Amino acid sequence: MSRSTALKAGPGPAAAGNTAAAGPRRAPWRRGPKLRKNTELTILLAPGLILFVGFVLVPIVIAAYYSFYDWPGYGPLNHPIGLRNYTYAFEDPAFIHAIEHTLTLTVASVLIQGPLSIGIALLLNRKFLGRTFLRTVIFAPYVLPPAVTAVMWSLILQPSGFLDQVFKAFGLGGLVQLWLANTHIVLWTNFVVLTWQYLGFGIVLLLAGLQGVPEELKEAAAIDGAGPWEVTRRITLPLLAPTIRIWAFITIIGSLQIFDIVWILTEGGPAGSSGTIATYMYLNGVQADDFGFAGAIAVILFAFCFVFALIYQRFALRRDTQGALTRAVG
Amino acid sequence: MMKRRAVAAIVATAATCLVLAACSSGAASSGGSGGSGSGTITLTWWNNATNQPLLGVYTNAIKGFEASHPNIKITNVPIQNETLQKTKIPLALQGNNPPNIYQQWGGGVLGQQVSSGKVDNITSDVSSWIGGITGASGWQAKGQQYGVPVDLHIVGFWYRKDIFAKDGITVPTTLAQLESDDTKLRAHGVAPIAVGSKDGWPDAFYWEYFALRDCPQSTVTSAIGSESFSASCFATASTNLAAFLKTNPFQTGFLGTSSQQGAGSSAGLVASGKAAMELQGDWDPSVMEGVSTNKNLSTELGWFPFPQTPGSAGSQTAALGGGDGYSCTGTTQQAQACAEFLQYLDSPTVQTQIVGVGESGEPVIASAASAISLPATQTAAAYYKTAAYSELYFDTALPTKPGENLDTAIANYFSAPSSSTASAIANSPQSP
Repeated sequence: MSRSTALKAGPGPAAAGNTAAAGPRRAPWRRGPKLRKNTELTILLAPGLILFVGFVLVPIVIAAYYSFYDWPGYGPLNHPIGLRNYTYAFEDPAFIHAIEHTLTLTVASVLIQGPLSIGIALLLNRKFLGRTFLRTVIFAPYVLPPAVTAVMWSLILQPSGFLDQVFKAFGLGGLVQLWLANTHIVLWTNFVVLTWQYLGFGIVLLLAGLQGVPEELKEAAAIDGAGPWEVTRRITLPLLAPTIRIWAFITIIGSLQIFDIVWILTEGGPAGSSGTIATYMYLNGVQADDFGFAGAIAVILFAFCFVFALIYQRFALRRDTQGALTRAVG
Repeated sequence: MMKRRAVAAIVATAATCLVLAACSSGAASSGGSGGSGSGTITLTWWNNATNQPLLGVYTNAIKGFEASHPNIKITNVPIQNETLQKTKIPLALQGNNPPNIYQQWGGGVLGQQVSSGKVDNITSDVSSWIGGITGASGWQAKGQQYGVPVDLHIVGFWYRKDIFAKDGITVPTTLAQLESDDTKLRAHGVAPIAVGSKDGWPDAFYWEYFALRDCPQSTVTSAIGSESFSASCFATASTNLAAFLKTNPFQTGFLGTSSQQGAGSSAGLVASGKAAMELQGDWDPSVMEGVSTNKNLSTELGWFPFPQTPGSAGSQTAALGGGDGYSCTGTTQQAQACAEFLQYLDSPTVQTQIVGVGESGEPVIASAASAISLPATQTAAAYYKTAAYSELYFDTALPTKPGENLDTAIANYFSAPSSSTASAIANSPQSP
């Protein structure tokens, strides 16, 4: 709002000139809140803005800049190679596999973790003895650092390790596999561990969403003759949809970027059979001192996430966030 | 509206610039951690001695050096090996504040580090004594000394003497004997050989040894120099490795096994007696001690060189190895102090301690060899002297990217040996 609009909005010159004393008093009083508001905005926004620009935007731009160079991380940037890092990435079968694995994990996360989370959240939303305890137990894995989860599971999954012994104890020895060494299985081993870690997060999020579903609606539906399944399908789930959409958004972005658990469990191996875009970037870019190439992979991953986020915002999240994100405020 | 936004944007931009300027000037002014405030030179020392007993040896070395050099202070910063080499050092050399003394393994990787412009040329600082140091040429780049080794390594088979004795196994000298031993060990319910394929580089030891056996030294040297393994003898090495892999010599699930982390690692499997042997560098006994509660390892462990493959074109006694060395960064004054410290590390006093604790392979001065305490390492050290020649691990001899590509290609070959994965090995260093 410019000063001229402020003047127009304020009392006219005639009103201001009613008394000689009121004029000079009123002007600073009018300007005061505006100045204060600007100062407040600056003070409150600047730290966040500085961090965002310094640690998000600038690194993205720098990574994109490096990606046009052949640069081992040492010495000056003096070997521009245009789009060669990008074309090489897409010519490398290992990178294409990494994209396939990442998309597999992403789709599986939504399709398998989604219904599981919703089902368990609905169960845990009912009143029964030990509910709080069960909620805590189910949320506990999410509280563990992913590195701890990965190390723990790498011990459990060793040949003749804990899991194999459990299978054998239940007479299921025939199902035992080389969980971390079989190239056909290892991606799904990673998925199980990821699910173990992150399922609790989805459940807690959905439980919070369920608190917002009014009991009266369910009761009204029940009085009208709807069975429990119909109440869930026609009342609970539609009202839970905004939470589900947010959960899916967080899960998909998280899955696209997945690194820590996969890296510690398998380093993307054997032979790249569980590699994701992020582990590929670390292995072939960072560890190989090829930071230009790492930059290119990072930009590709960023583009994936960014395009997905835009599309999702436009088509799925718009109605949930209308007025908050999609419409300018003020 | 525009105006208010403009003001806010200007303020935010100005603040950002201030913060960035503050950061960059801070980093620039501190160049080389610790200056020489009151005539005291402070040096930061990054090494991988995170555990006893080597940690104690290094701590004592600092005390001994500081006592005779009161104007130099050394801060010891032990860092886990993989983190140190793969992440911390490359990033530090990109920044403005690299450690004054840092560990590296020489070869093409050191050459690449030198290109950062941060590593000090210490040729003149060490010229008076470097002639007496074994293997010092491995720490040169462009004919100049950019680092100094403090110990040397050889890769060979570490085996459990007690298991060999119990199962009536003799130490093999040829590949055929090794394969026959493997069969016997497996029949006794022991995994013959443990390998940490998850890490990639332990797989590379096998391919590289087959290459040394199948290729003349000149071919190996020129292949590393030209970063191409297209010579036909390297394809033979791949074929011979595939035949060896076909005999199923490794533990179950070896593709998912790490080499050094925990009791389930390849080192842990040998230490606990679940596997009988492992092809590793001579740091392996100390790794085994770290991941096992077996107190008898020093007497139970034996060593034999990579078997011979009679009839093949390469050297039958060439050894694969390397060493730990240190480079210096910082001001001229700091580089001089660093070189003095490295001279102290290579003195008989410290060398006998370094090899005496059974941690670090062979000393860089001949007189300290008698201090090696571990019988198995003594065997390795004796063989090292008789080896036809010693070749640096290929991934270290090559610059980082070709070296990493080679390790990855060999690991892929372990997973599925085929003609396409074999040609991937041959072409790996030249992948962009």
